[in-house]
Amino acid sequence: MSDATQSAAAIPARDPTYNFAYLDEQTKRMIRRALLKAVAVPGYQVPFAGREMPMPYGWGTGGVQVTASILTADDRLKVIDQGADDTTNAVSIRKFFQRTAGVAVTEKTAEASVIQTRHRIPEAPLADGQILVYQVPIPEPLRFLEPRETETRKMHAYQDYGLMHVKLYEDIARHGHIATTYAYPVKVEGRYVMDPSPTPKFDNPKMSDCPALQLFGAGREKRIYAIPPYTKVESLDFEDHPFTVQSWEQRCALCGAEDSFLDEVLTDDKGGRMFVCSDTDYCGDRRAQGFRGEAAEDAA
Amino acid sequence: MYVAVKGGERAIENAHRLLAEDRRGDPAQSEIAPEQIRDQLKLAVDRVMTEGSLYDRDLAALALKQARGDQIEAIFLLRAYRTTLPRFGAAVPVETSRMALERRISATFKDLPGGQILGPTFDYTHRLLDHDLAEGHAPAAPAEGAPAPDDAPRVLDLLAQEGLIEEAADGDRPAREPGDITREPPSFPAERDVRLQTLARGDEGFLLALGYSTQRGYGRTHPFAGEIRLGTVAVEFEPEELGFPVEIGEIEMTECQMVNQFKGSAEQAPCFTRGYGVAFGHGERKAMAMALVDRSLRADAFGEERDSPAQDEEFVLSHCDNVQATGFVEHLKLPHYVDFQSELELLRRLRREHAEKTQPEAAE
Repeated sequence: MSDATQSAAAIPARDPTYNFAYLDEQTKRMIRRALLKAVAVPGYQVPFAGREMPMPYGWGTGGVQVTASILTADDRLKVIDQGADDTTNAVSIRKFFQRTAGVAVTEKTAEASVIQTRHRIPEAPLADGQILVYQVPIPEPLRFLEPRETETRKMHAYQDYGLMHVKLYEDIARHGHIATTYAYPVKVEGRYVMDPSPTPKFDNPKMSDCPALQLFGAGREKRIYAIPPYTKVESLDFEDHPFTVQSWEQRCALCGAEDSFLDEVLTDDKGGRMFVCSDTDYCGDRRAQGFRGEAAEDAA
Repeated sequence: MYVAVKGGERAIENAHRLLAEDRRGDPAQSEIAPEQIRDQLKLAVDRVMTEGSLYDRDLAALALKQARGDQIEAIFLLRAYRTTLPRFGAAVPVETSRMALERRISATFKDLPGGQILGPTFDYTHRLLDHDLAEGHAPAAPAEGAPAPDDAPRVLDLLAQEGLIEEAADGDRPAREPGDITREPPSFPAERDVRLQTLARGDEGFLLALGYSTQRGYGRTHPFAGEIRLGTVAVEFEPEELGFPVEIGEIEMTECQMVNQFKGSAEQAPCFTRGYGVAFGHGERKAMAMALVDRSLRADAFGEERDSPAQDEEFVLSHCDNVQATGFVEHLKLPHYVDFQSELELLRRLRREHAEKTQPEAAE
């Protein structure tokens, strides 16, 4: 953990070759307008003129553009991928903003004013004033049911979500369960069906009534959407098959947590495995408080 | 043991250092200079400029060097640079009939005003590896002749004089400012200017395959290469404060106009139809493929049934950009532990339930 913590402590000088946070002010203004519209119509996908960024499409260009547009010099940024601050792409994006915006960074969820994430919502509850920026690969929840944008836009306009319910029903008929485990569709404030990005459905309940502002950026697909603070977000389900989240028989091997999303780590080629928190900050925090899991000794 | 899930800054830095060393290759060899790439790998540079949507030979050559010859990576580098450049406005449409020609061929007329000019082409070479090129060599001086005419009318304009081909789409040229796909999100159905822009920066391989598919019956258009021309044209820009266009430079470009089977109706006499393709520098394959796909995408305009991939606008335009495509395909390299874990959990549960149902005693 030492590398990231050290660089998090020092605020590096901003590279003056680029405008603050890389994007030019015109572009930021365009994106902020899209963001305002997105906040005004929760869950609605606002088209925006996404720019080509110096990282590949599919690697967080939407989230990066949103973050670049909302970042101020006083912000403290946290970047996670799979819940962890030290995964390679999170490191890369954090460095990008350290270089182009010179902002302070942190790994502590509670200390961050802006958190850019891929695939997770932090375990620690978010607070008023925080902004969570999601990287979104496919913003359209209906895309795999109907590949045409011309059709899906109509379906949203008419609130024609029957196809989605049929899909979920067919899952139950075939598997006995709704077989969607991540990017599980939600309905925002009773109106738009929305893709929560490929977060595990474990995280879906955290989206509802959340004090933080949640912004979603899809760069390649050029869409922005949002969930304003304290907005109702329901995961689609049926009365006789209510929505449930994943659970584990194990606890975190490092901190002993039984309420967090666990990653499975293979430890040898003979079936050995351990389960650890995917949220590294949450796990580290608990260990600092003295909580221990069964493998804590050799991992410390 | 937990080290396995650590990515880490140092690993990234070390990977980049290794990349730099690998790029340089054997230090006993002299280092390749961008100028050499620019001048001796011209067609690679031209493709990077076309699909990178930026006419700058030196930057494209540098991008190719940095990308170790990977074209899509070089295109990506150029695009990422391009996005930081300010935008003054749109140039006056270039006048390709006043092109300083390097090459101009027509497959529809044996001879025509301005003549056929073969120019620097691979056509009619035998594709035999030339081992002389492995050594330093000095090519023979090119043959000399009368200069190419500087005013060779476009073949399709000649057909149009007789009304044999549909009007050149002044109707298609919007009175408004042309669209800019780098400044407006895409929407469907697209206007033709936006469509042509998207195709112009589209992946050569993808458009080649689609164009080829139309020749094999998936949306057949009966094309003829009406004209392919390569040469230099002046770029003019009209600054608002001036009120008249001034020449700001010149670019080399390739233009292909396809003549396709005729259409007519009760009200309108039958006439040939057009497909248009264009590329920066020398990009014949790209321009031809683009012209085929452009024509196929105009299916609606001629009341043709749209049942082939090359006729499907949303399919073609949404997937022809190789920078988008490569990014999204390659993002599968990024960690997906969390999603995969979610799937594992469900799959194990389903298998457990399956086992309980089929072999109740074994489930004990």
